[in-house]
Amino acid sequence: MSDTIVNVEGLDVRFGSAHVLRDVSLALDRGRTVGVVGESGSGKSTLAKTMVGLHQPSAGQVWVDGIDVAQAGRRELAAYRRRVQMIPQDPFSSLSPRQTIGQTLAEAVDPARARVGRHRDLIATWLERVGLPADVMHRYPHEFSGGQRQRIAIARGLIVEPSLVIADEITSALDVSVQAQILELLAGIKQSLGLTMMFISHNLAVVQRVSDEVVVLYGGAVVERGPVGEIFAHPQHWYTRALLAADPGSPGFSLDVERTPRGAAA
Amino acid sequence: MTEALAASPVAVTAAPDRARRFAWNGTLVVGLVMSGVVLLVAVVAPFVLTERATALSPDAGLGSVPGHLLGTDTLGRDMLARTLVATRLTVVMALAATVIAGVAGVAIGVGVWLAPRRVRELGLRAIEFAVSYPTLLVAIMIAAILGQSATTVVVAIGLANVAGFARLTANLAAGLSQRDFVATARLVGVPPLRLATRHILPNMAEPMLILLTQTLAGALVEISGLSFVGLGSQNPSFDLGTLLQDALGKLGTNPVLVVGPACALVFTSLAALFVGDGLAAAANPRSIGTRARLRRAAGADTGTAAAAPADPRRLLTVEHVTVTHTRTGRELVRDVSFHLDRGEILGIVGESGSGKSLTASVVSRLLPEGLTATAARLELAGTDLLGTVSPAELATRIGLVYQDPGTSLNPALTLGAQLTDVLTVHRGLSRRVARERVAAGFRSVVLPDPQGHLRQLPHELSGGMKQRAMIASAMSTEPDLLVADEPTTALDVTVQREVLSIIRRMNAEAGTAVLVISHDIGVVRRLCDRVLVMKDGQVVEEVTSPGQLTVDAVSHPYTRRLLAATPSVVVPVAPDAEEAAR
Repeated sequence: MSDTIVNVEGLDVRFGSAHVLRDVSLALDRGRTVGVVGESGSGKSTLAKTMVGLHQPSAGQVWVDGIDVAQAGRRELAAYRRRVQMIPQDPFSSLSPRQTIGQTLAEAVDPARARVGRHRDLIATWLERVGLPADVMHRYPHEFSGGQRQRIAIARGLIVEPSLVIADEITSALDVSVQAQILELLAGIKQSLGLTMMFISHNLAVVQRVSDEVVVLYGGAVVERGPVGEIFAHPQHWYTRALLAADPGSPGFSLDVERTPRGAAA
Repeated sequence: MTEALAASPVAVTAAPDRARRFAWNGTLVVGLVMSGVVLLVAVVAPFVLTERATALSPDAGLGSVPGHLLGTDTLGRDMLARTLVATRLTVVMALAATVIAGVAGVAIGVGVWLAPRRVRELGLRAIEFAVSYPTLLVAIMIAAILGQSATTVVVAIGLANVAGFARLTANLAAGLSQRDFVATARLVGVPPLRLATRHILPNMAEPMLILLTQTLAGALVEISGLSFVGLGSQNPSFDLGTLLQDALGKLGTNPVLVVGPACALVFTSLAALFVGDGLAAAANPRSIGTRARLRRAAGADTGTAAAAPADPRRLLTVEHVTVTHTRTGRELVRDVSFHLDRGEILGIVGESGSGKSLTASVVSRLLPEGLTATAARLELAGTDLLGTVSPAELATRIGLVYQDPGTSLNPALTLGAQLTDVLTVHRGLSRRVARERVAAGFRSVVLPDPQGHLRQLPHELSGGMKQRAMIASAMSTEPDLLVADEPTTALDVTVQREVLSIIRRMNAEAGTAVLVISHDIGVVRRLCDRVLVMKDGQVVEEVTSPGQLTVDAVSHPYTRRLLAATPSVVVPVAPDAEEAAR
């Protein structure tokens, strides 16, 4: 039997009259990476936030790592959030400017006390795993470039050895050469440590690089899902095809077509 | 496994331009020197001068005479000595009041922020309510209730200033709690109190320090005011306020008595104010920015324009542009030269910090503050852009499209009201004709309801529609050159393709030359006729045909690396598709 870690079924999220997620279903096995693609407003970030219990679904179920997130009590949710880590998009606002890198990482391990001394070895190990020398733990975020900060944010997410990592557009704010390094880093960690990841991005090419499976969101609904190879070779839904054709690097790209159909979800 | 990953450590170098350097300024230095003097007097004077300040002498009621420069009071006490001695009590009282206000205010602000939603809403309203009362009025009320004494005044002024600190704390906390690092800390389970003390409070230091010094300055005056009306320190102790009150009674007979306490009071509160203003200026580096400057490079010949053989196809000539940070002299763009022919689309591609946007801003003469640009030549179809160019000519001959249409449009004005400006102001068209012209432009960028969009506010349009409206507006003056700085970076890929198509079509139909700045090599490859690759302020490679923008064809190693790093969708060859093709 496969070791399913994420099972979302018929998830609906509404904010007032806005229907942000419609009947979203997806499943993810341990050790795999699912890429979630879609444009702004497609519900990608809402999906991520619902999965860590920040939004309450109006219908459907979200099972992650043996817990029904929507039904979980406060205590259960707090413990659950340590097993599911979210890495945010902007490396310039995700690290506390007045804390050393060591303090930030110690806080992830032990939120209540955050003693660097007690976890020094663990912190050093993880800093080295993300390609930074251990002594950066004494420095402050402003001394680092965007790419280095994103490495630190990744270390913070992974240091608690979570059962699921949700990466929300983590390379969008970075230059392409830095992005390439971060993707390489993630691939290495995935290979050596076995990472289960939900990789959210608007960039199809990046998603293709890191994911085993893809979920395409459009207007809050899943319009297509399946293994990466299959989706990219045989996109079934017109929107997936439009996304693929709009990537400037794809062979099907042309500047002659002026309008793609827009409007309600198909 | 660790070893395998640790094999490629990244060189860590401090990013110097991001490190916040403390910006010393004149106001702050003057304020600190003045504060030093006040502190010195406050500490030393009572030890040295108390005898002189309190000893009764027969020389009562003297004016300014040798030995008693600022006169003597009715009991023959030297006013200069009394003023200097009184400084300590006044400063100590003001400091105490400020500490009370700061500690209580911050505690309340943090408490309100940590409280459950209902309590927080109520608390915030209460703070707003309290802030709206004048401090001095509240202080007088409190002092009147508590009775007359120095302690009373301190407590009264302290309490009266609590609301200001509470409001600042609550507001800053609300802003900080939106930041990712607070959200992340909360998500990993950092307890609320630690969240407040480790993540919220330390990041308030700068505005808090400024408010503290401003409150101190206010408290000096307020405390003296209360002492002046008799609520403050009582005989035999005296502060500047009581001295002023005593002196005022003799204003008709011995006016010089007022000079000491009045000057001391002004000097002390100015010292605190200067420190506050200086700190505020230091915390906001923009405030000390100098105006941008665009100059002809030394040694460049003004006459070249006329002398050079005029190529009718040449639209833009840029020679030896260098941009430096005015204060530090750091070079951000180094000796960049390029040209643009009529009808051509030129792309400048590079990563952040490569100087690509600064180069474009020199062309459109919109260099950011604090920078200096020099160029040997900067010409747009015979017009010397280094000389005086009328704003009208600049605005009508160069069209601009920015990265984020959400922020480059004024959210409070309809599209019709703001996009017609350039036509009515610089082309002298009537409002009606201008609207017609822009509506026609909207039609050409395939906006569905041209007349209707003119009456809409920016938020009623999607990002792609706004960017198309911006392009229509930029093209409405029929410019020679369209400068587009990351025109599609904020847009979704499908929308990006529409916008790029429109730029390409405008170029084909109107013959407008386009200068495109982008970080996306995929975009420039598809859109441009020619591409410049920039790195660290320099052009490292010019690719004359976008088809050659491939890892194999480019010559510079950086371009090659950039291309290799740019991910693009790989369409796997499908076996059944091959079969179908057969």
